[in-house]
Amino acid sequence: MTPVPRLGDDARASGWDRATDPEKDPALIPDPATCEVPAQLRETIEAAMARYPDRRSATIPALHAAQSLHGWCSPQALEQVACVMRVTPAYLDSVASFYDMLEQRPVGRHSVYVCTNISCSLRGADALLAAIGEAAAGDEENFNVRSFECLGACDIAPMASVDGVYVGPLSVEDVPQLLDDARSGRPVLPDKQLATRLVADPRANSQEFPAHAVEDGSSR
Amino acid sequence: MSDELLFKDIDEPGLNTLSVYEARGGYAAMRKALSMTPGEVLAELEASGLRGRGGAGFQMGKKVSFLPKGAMDKYLVCNADESEPGTFKDRELMQKNPHLLIEGIVIASYAAGAERSFIYIRGEYVLQADVLDAALAQAREAGYLGERILDSQHSLSLVLHRGAGAYICGEETALLDSLEGKRGNPRLKPPFPANQGLYQGPTLINNVETLSTVPLITAMGGKRYAELGTDTSTGTKLVSVSGHVRRPGNYEIELGIPSREIVYGLAGGPPEGQEIKCWFPGGSSAPVLTPEDLDVPYDFDSLAKAGSMLGSGAIIVVDDSTPIVELALKVAMFYRHESCGKCTPCREGTNWTVKMLQRIDCGEATPMDLDIMASVQDHIIGNCLCVLGDAMAMPIGSMIAKFRGEFEQHIETARMRANLIVPPVPADEQALFAHGAS
Repeated sequence: MTPVPRLGDDARASGWDRATDPEKDPALIPDPATCEVPAQLRETIEAAMARYPDRRSATIPALHAAQSLHGWCSPQALEQVACVMRVTPAYLDSVASFYDMLEQRPVGRHSVYVCTNISCSLRGADALLAAIGEAAAGDEENFNVRSFECLGACDIAPMASVDGVYVGPLSVEDVPQLLDDARSGRPVLPDKQLATRLVADPRANSQEFPAHAVEDGSSR
Repeated sequence: MSDELLFKDIDEPGLNTLSVYEARGGYAAMRKALSMTPGEVLAELEASGLRGRGGAGFQMGKKVSFLPKGAMDKYLVCNADESEPGTFKDRELMQKNPHLLIEGIVIASYAAGAERSFIYIRGEYVLQADVLDAALAQAREAGYLGERILDSQHSLSLVLHRGAGAYICGEETALLDSLEGKRGNPRLKPPFPANQGLYQGPTLINNVETLSTVPLITAMGGKRYAELGTDTSTGTKLVSVSGHVRRPGNYEIELGIPSREIVYGLAGGPPEGQEIKCWFPGGSSAPVLTPEDLDVPYDFDSLAKAGSMLGSGAIIVVDDSTPIVELALKVAMFYRHESCGKCTPCREGTNWTVKMLQRIDCGEATPMDLDIMASVQDHIIGNCLCVLGDAMAMPIGSMIAKFRGEFEQHIETARMRANLIVPPVPADEQALFAHGAS
């Protein structure tokens, strides 16, 4: 019998269980003279800030850019963003800890988000997640496998988003190929990518497209 | 059906490029709108009776008319944070016909008098965002965006903003906070975004599908559009069907057709040998309906009368092989994860609902827990800044009401499985219980 979990919730209000040092002074806006920011990152963030009436609107784009450089929202990444945006690192941490795609700790190079929401789990997503997790175990340097809330691709359930590329419907047999493709930088399961999929509605198109292709959801 | 509107030739190769889109008559509606006055464009939208396709179903024309008149910084925000479980219609539209959305935004912003606009797209939609980025560049180059579009008095800037993964950012005020670079916490309403929205300016927020319909209405006229569908739910709607059906996917339907026609006719019904146990008519936030309700017409008011809602138009079909407790637990865990934590009823209510369902599943619960769980749901509804908590409370409440027998059965079998037998009352205490003494 599995006991009811009493602690360790998966709630979004994160950080409540992390210890803090009340004696410590809050970090200020970093000094541009001492904080080194890679030129490319600075350029990206400044361009993002210029797009909005208020520079703070660029927070999420800036954090995305910093994460793709550093691999996660590390203290150093936050400090660099804070330096360019002229905000405190704490402010950025408050934002970064809210969003699922901004990582709070070091993760593997390739993100594999497996949708485990209702529609996908009705079609076997939990077994898929377990299979991917098992196959990627021991290779944490390369893979960041995690379950994700509805990714908006229930028509190809069960599915996964591999470095942002949607693939599905997946079966357990696809897992080795999927990880192999991701590891070697090839396009992931080209036949199963969402990008090539036709719309399901058979009346949406003229007769040029074969009806059976629509029916079993195969690609063009 | 000859009246495919949003999905007309949707899979035509290259439709996402400006040249193919224009060859098909694209941006003609925008030219037509810019030759009219903003008031005339708005009148067409109001005459069409178009109701918002994001979930709330509020009349779009009315929403536009709520914005204050006069010269000031007004904003238009397109809500492309499609995260409602089961919904994937906006994804299809943005990926395959991005210019339709851009054209809709130009027309709607002209009617509303907004000169700055944003598309807030969820961060997971990488492909769709890239397609939109390319389309935006083409539109800017062609002069369809920017200063004085086609030598009219209307100027518009359009920025694509990528989110970072949070269901709550589909709620309009949370979306605004997120767009301002903060945590996505919903705001107190009123003031409504039409008066104080993005950067405290009047803001019009609409869903991708709603805005994509605007060029079609402008082209065909509001009156003609209103002839489609029913009196109060006009036009066509994209429906995303998923779960236990043979042909999951997006379908365009005329509002008001029987739900059975969508679930069985278009999507092919459940797999061989299975029966439908329940279905969500409008995403996981909608109260579940039973197979008997399949004859309800699929439109806003009929579904509301049947005790559910059309929501975002996402039908999730669940067949009888799925235990209802498992389904409820999935729903509750999703909302617990996505609750932003600002309001107590939602933050605590979602958490306790999950814990109680887990109790049921591991045999520690009693039938009384069902009443407590139902009362937790009642205490969430209407007590928070936004409807995320309600979105869990409504389906869970409906599941307890409609499948109570199965919940009780599950409690019993789980208890047996876990070997938790209720201890017999000792003989010397039996008298105490018989008299109901405490």
